[in-house]
Amino acid sequence: MEIFGYPAQAVLSQLVIGLVNGSFYAMLSLGLAIIFGLLNVINLSHGALYMLGAFATWMGLDYLGLSYWAMLILAPLIVGLIGVVIEKTMLRWLYKLDHLYGLLLMIGLASFLEGLLQSFYGASGVSYSAPDALNGAADLGFMVLPVYQAWVVAVSLVVCFATWYAIERTRLGSYLRAGTENPRLVEAFGINVPRLITLTYAFGVGLAGLAGVLAAPTVQVSPQMGSNLIVVVFAVVVIGGLSSIVGAIVTGLVLGVAEALVSLFYPQASATVVFVIMAIVLVLRPAGLFGKER
Amino acid sequence: MIDRKVAYGLAVVVLLLAPHFVYPLFLMNVLCFALFACSFNLLIGFAGLVSFGHAAFFGGAGYIAGYVLATLHWPFALGIVAGIVTGASMGLGFGLLAARRNGIYFSMITLALAQMIYFVFLQAPFTGGEDGLQGIPRGTLAGLDLTNDMTFYYVVLAITSLGYALMLRVVHSPFGQVLLAIRENEARAVSLGYDVTRHKLLAFVLSTSLAGLAGATKAVSVGTQTLTDAHWAMSGLVILMVLIGGMGTYFGPVIGALVIVALESKLGDFGNLLAETTHVDWFRQIGVSVTMVTGLIFVVCVLTFRRGIVGSMLALSRKAGGQGARQHG
Amino acid sequence: MRFGAFCCAAITVLSAGWSIQASAQISGDAVKIGFLTDISGTYADNDGQGGVEAIKMAIADFGGTVNGKKIELLYADHLNKVDVANNKAHEWFDQDGLDMMIGGANSSVGLALAKLSAEKKKPFMAVTAATARLTNEDCTPYTVAYAYDTISVSRGTGGAIVDQGGKTWFFITADYAFGTSLQDETAKVVQAKGGKVLGSVRHPVGASPNFSSLVLQAQASKAQILGLATSGGDLINAVKTANQFGVNKTMHLAAILTHITEINSLGLNLTQGMYLTDSWYWDQDDESRAWSKRFFAIVHRMPTAMQAADYSATLTYLKAVKALDSDDGDKVMAYMKTHPIDDLFTKHGTIRPDGRMVHDMYLRQVKTPAESKYPWDYYKTIRTIPGDQAFNTKAESQCKLWK
Repeated sequence: MEIFGYPAQAVLSQLVIGLVNGSFYAMLSLGLAIIFGLLNVINLSHGALYMLGAFATWMGLDYLGLSYWAMLILAPLIVGLIGVVIEKTMLRWLYKLDHLYGLLLMIGLASFLEGLLQSFYGASGVSYSAPDALNGAADLGFMVLPVYQAWVVAVSLVVCFATWYAIERTRLGSYLRAGTENPRLVEAFGINVPRLITLTYAFGVGLAGLAGVLAAPTVQVSPQMGSNLIVVVFAVVVIGGLSSIVGAIVTGLVLGVAEALVSLFYPQASATVVFVIMAIVLVLRPAGLFGKER
Repeated sequence: MIDRKVAYGLAVVVLLLAPHFVYPLFLMNVLCFALFACSFNLLIGFAGLVSFGHAAFFGGAGYIAGYVLATLHWPFALGIVAGIVTGASMGLGFGLLAARRNGIYFSMITLALAQMIYFVFLQAPFTGGEDGLQGIPRGTLAGLDLTNDMTFYYVVLAITSLGYALMLRVVHSPFGQVLLAIRENEARAVSLGYDVTRHKLLAFVLSTSLAGLAGATKAVSVGTQTLTDAHWAMSGLVILMVLIGGMGTYFGPVIGALVIVALESKLGDFGNLLAETTHVDWFRQIGVSVTMVTGLIFVVCVLTFRRGIVGSMLALSRKAGGQGARQHG
Repeated sequence: MRFGAFCCAAITVLSAGWSIQASAQISGDAVKIGFLTDISGTYADNDGQGGVEAIKMAIADFGGTVNGKKIELLYADHLNKVDVANNKAHEWFDQDGLDMMIGGANSSVGLALAKLSAEKKKPFMAVTAATARLTNEDCTPYTVAYAYDTISVSRGTGGAIVDQGGKTWFFITADYAFGTSLQDETAKVVQAKGGKVLGSVRHPVGASPNFSSLVLQAQASKAQILGLATSGGDLINAVKTANQFGVNKTMHLAAILTHITEINSLGLNLTQGMYLTDSWYWDQDDESRAWSKRFFAIVHRMPTAMQAADYSATLTYLKAVKALDSDDGDKVMAYMKTHPIDDLFTKHGTIRPDGRMVHDMYLRQVKTPAESKYPWDYYKTIRTIPGDQAFNTKAESQCKLWK
């Protein structure tokens, strides 16, 4: 059976791969969407923090002998802590100013972190392997799917759903949403808004750290791994609607699939297809597919 | 403090004499990037629009100018004009799609379009891909042999001065005032009856034309045009130049360009010098890590030095000078 | 502004006259070697600071002086930008009296430096830039392409693997002139020897998560050999992904252009059994081992073939200068093209009229973790590919100087 001239098997397998990549994009862009939606900060250092999560995972194993499973919990916490430091010492001063400064701060931070890690670990990076329990591949008939990739999808989807639920359906989430719309009023209710903001930022980057842990066995752990990804993830968030959590998740998945399918039909353009889509969406519906223009 | 005319006169003298003390090729590089930064400043400092894809115009004009000069053997002047036209037409294209938007959405459209342009340059055979477009000739201009670095420096100086003068003209004109108004409060400008979209579009095209001029001139001065000049990292670098120099000031971007170009060239020497005088070997690492240093400067500037070099100087002189000249740097 | 314009014109006229006299000085008191490479970017591990150290070792081993004149090394990071490389190179040639340039680490920079060195009539040793254009369309009388190029690694890998039995190929290629030329050259050789290319797919450079899609397509092709016409971080990611999908069990991986630092970063688990071609390996003979030990003490990594080439190129140049008692560019080039090279890097290297330094290449295979007995013990040598088979021939050459 053929679809557009390609064997159905090939198309189906690309769809599956697309969903895997997409769920990864979704999780990464989720953090960005939360930070922008709730804090109005364009967190361009997200890629560098994702890279830190991956490096932390490797360091945990190399220096302390900690397993992947331990780092799955620890690495996001470490990155979250770094986020707390960033927010308290640097970001805090920029809220009253134009978005632009927050953005520039993040660009600078990303550059600095990349340069710092490169001076210690070199450009080629370090190698990290998945734990044995997740090695191997399952034969699905029309393709072979590595167990690890299935694991990544599972974790991403669970985390995405849990985050969405926490923000949209719990009380803590409602405080967060109220706190950014009208901090004065929320503070008047006795809720510590600055702390809430710090925690939100830490959570957002913690998600990036978690993505880093998930990525470490599959992608080269190098100082540049984040900057290759950040532009794409950004595009995902913009297409989905800068502050929309649902938008980030859905768009991440859709774009992952789009990229995979394009790699079958015209692979050279698979990195650019995201931008073409972004341009089209922005011209027709600038607030993004699920967003509201601010 | 200093009278404006004296400051300008001083700058002119310095620029005219500089190539006898500092390497002309380096200076030409600084001038071209200065013009590029000024063009970006026109958008961000005066119109309040952040373009994330300015490298597309800079690099694109360089490629087109390089191509017509190297392969089609056009004369130098026409090559430069081709660069300006490239910048203007690309700007028009981008602008038509982006001008209606503002803020982050404007920026993201420019980024998306710039990435697509980068892809085109990567694929197009005439650019040479990552090998670059090599062998761009200098040619002659009105009988002057431009392969002589010293002569070409003055030509580049003339070109960039004209570009700078044009930028000043635009800013001081009524059009420029409307741009400022749009930057301050777009909604109010609309309510006052200004066609905001048309103004933004025009500002964008002017900016990209200047960026194109800068890119074409740089391509000829270096002799090679590569993908680096069209990559989004270059767009980031120009933002840094303007930030360090002082957003919204006139001379700020020039200073910013000087700092960044000097940094890239000289950081290694500086690191070695520090290492030698202090006997701390780690300083050599600074020389090796331009990204780290650039990032640090970015962070420090944004947190504590937002006015940039020229901006801070102006603020100081305003405090000291009190009443008197309306300084604009 | 009018006053300024007048000043401009006046000084232009005066300076035009002035500048004719201020020509470049040729240093008579020291032999100056310049080295421009990527020290802080993506290619930093293959050459980079290690290359600097290798050249310093060469200068020290030569004695530090040549016929009484001191040897000086100027080096800088070109940040993979032609602008920076160009400025620095001009400065060194015109103001510091540079006598010889080594470097590249980036094809566009390599090409630009070749052109500049030809203008200044000084020898240029291209070590890391892989583009074959340096000895073809863009050849000059002053360029020496010292180590590999895209043609030699492709022919080496392609030809030798087909001879080993790997007849059907699938390529994953970097969407760059470099990647395309690797794929084309390898495919030519494979087909000439009776093999078949079953398919290929091009990836955008720097595309991290995308390799799954491409590796799947490779797997579906059922070819025997997966040719990786890509390099650096993309090569590493492709290998990692291939392992994940178990492709390395059903297909043999062939990394057409790679450096030992990349194998080191991936680890033997992921790369075992992979084929590659290079010109030199730290463990290939006693001389190499001894030198590499010294290198390791300074840099804390084993040297790559590029760094050994930096060392050898420096020595080759210095030997020529010593024999001629002159650093005149034309004389040195003529000398180097007529005297074979016998040193650490190659036992019988010759420099052809087109600037190509021809030496043997080797097909290697990465050892399994069990076979590796000590740190950096990564390769076993499968075959030696004689230089005249690996590099392009006079008939194929597009260099105008070699007709």
